Amino acid sequence: MPPLARRNLFHDKIRLMVTLTGIIFAVVLIVVQLGLFFGFTTSTKSVLDHSQADLWITARNTPYVDVAVGFNERKFYRVLATPGVAAAEKYIVRWSQWKNQSGRTESVEVVGVDPNKLMGLPWNVVEGDASQLRQPHAVMVDEIYKEKLGVHKVGEWFEVRGYRVKVVGFTRGIRAFTTAPYVFTSFKNAQDFCIFDADQTNFVLVKAAAGVDLKQLQAELQRRLPDNDVYRTQEFAEKTSNYWMFTTGAGISVLMGAVLGLVVGLVVVTQTIYATTMDHIREFGTLKAMGAPNSYVYRVIITQAAIAAVMGYSMALVVTFFVTYGGSSSGAPIMVSWRLLVIMFFVTVGMCVTAGVVSIKKVMGLDPAMVFRG
Amino acid sequence: MEHEIAIAVSGVTKTYSEGSSATRALNGVDLVVRSGELTLMMGPSGSGKTTLLSIMGCILRPTSGTIQVAGRDVTALNERQMPAVRLRHMGFIFQGFNLFPTLTAGENVELSLQLKGTSGAAGKKEARRLMELVGLGEKYDQYPRNLSGGQQQRVAVARAVAGSPEVILADEPTAALDSHSGRSVMEILQSLAREQQRAVVVVTHDNRILDFADRTVHMEDGMVTQS
Repeated sequence: MPPLARRNLFHDKIRLMVTLTGIIFAVVLIVVQLGLFFGFTTSTKSVLDHSQADLWITARNTPYVDVAVGFNERKFYRVLATPGVAAAEKYIVRWSQWKNQSGRTESVEVVGVDPNKLMGLPWNVVEGDASQLRQPHAVMVDEIYKEKLGVHKVGEWFEVRGYRVKVVGFTRGIRAFTTAPYVFTSFKNAQDFCIFDADQTNFVLVKAAAGVDLKQLQAELQRRLPDNDVYRTQEFAEKTSNYWMFTTGAGISVLMGAVLGLVVGLVVVTQTIYATTMDHIREFGTLKAMGAPNSYVYRVIITQAAIAAVMGYSMALVVTFFVTYGGSSSGAPIMVSWRLLVIMFFVTVGMCVTAGVVSIKKVMGLDPAMVFRG
Repeated sequence: MEHEIAIAVSGVTKTYSEGSSATRALNGVDLVVRSGELTLMMGPSGSGKTTLLSIMGCILRPTSGTIQVAGRDVTALNERQMPAVRLRHMGFIFQGFNLFPTLTAGENVELSLQLKGTSGAAGKKEARRLMELVGLGEKYDQYPRNLSGGQQQRVAVARAVAGSPEVILADEPTAALDSHSGRSVMEILQSLAREQQRAVVVVTHDNRILDFADRTVHMEDGMVTQS
């Protein structure tokens, strides 16, 4: 069988390069923009997602995790006394100031945890151990922010709001949505670094006992703590990411970038495949004049589009790898999951085939008598 | 010897409308094309030759009148049925050759055969036979761009006769060729008519090929003036 679709695509190498470049550009643009969107969305709520907690207790009307005001830790004991609670821990997340060895200051977000417990600990620890946060003055930071914070290695000393701190380990890939890196330390240290009174916390994390209905426990805790809010972790994570992504300029910029990436990508692919089909419009006219059934012409155009989609997508994967690899060492969190890649494969094939279908409409509208017009 | 009627055109008119203006391209044409004959259609530009050829080839619909192809009235066929008639009964040769540039010469013929239901090894074998019939067996794997105009038109002839259609319709097949290549193409068309009993209709302005005609039809102002 003469492979017309494949030949149409491969015959003109320069045209093929242009077609593939269009698809690669579109796919990379969409994947990177969506990856940035997901990366930023994830980074807004990473401490929640990795907290291991089932419920978060905050001061009343806390809009998102980064701005919770403090409340008296006596409520922590009321939580512990609630039936269905397996564990509860005090937890602090609050802005502070980091001063590096040259005296330069940076905003940081201090995360105060109980290193003897299980909830809220730093994750992806690549150097040191979370248990080392038990040491006095101990902090852990993410390796992405080494340069920003002036950190070179474990054992170095810095200052957080005038308190001396020692770096005891590094995490990997814990990005903050804002420019302020997370600094993990003990709950006690965090109280000092964030100017909390000795009996204050701004969160209580709760682990429900096995088999307990989470919504019932949430309602019960809410009843016992009428001056606080009780959220399921997922609920508070969504509230936090919605705040950052939909009510701040930064979040909306990322969102608009993703939407624009999708639209521009769609337009580029559609235009590219449409142009590829139009390059062969006279041949399709000849096919129709010869009496080729419409189904044959459809098959040629759609096969052409599908081959271009698979090739373009495969090459785009390589480019995306290098782009995301480059992004991983910077502050830009491009989160490209396997699920996104699988979805993008179908989106790419869908875009190309749709563009093919659009050009089919043009081809089907051809007057076969055009072949007699020289 | 009485030849069979391949196409019968009766009282055909064709009017092109554009906005409020209408142009009558054919004005009551009656014509019979027989198998085994090479018919030349001549006439000045705008006389309606190509329009009549398109209507005989089931590419255009007449405004009124009837067309019979191989004894069957095709006037009332719908848009889906017309391509099937073209595929089964017609072979087309165009002034600009209209070969598929991304396929080799042989594959161009194979494609036509494939559309008509012969593919695989059988299609390849038949395509090779047809390429040899037009004297281009050794050019089977050449792309059209590597062939001369005359050779490309001979490939177009091989493609047109693929699947043994009863009717070959050619629009100015020699217009883009030098006289030698033009005669060579016409010799093939003449032998298709005489030896294989095809009905061959050639629209032309080219007086150099008059001696190949079994019959010449003159057209003027949308009417057959001499047949």
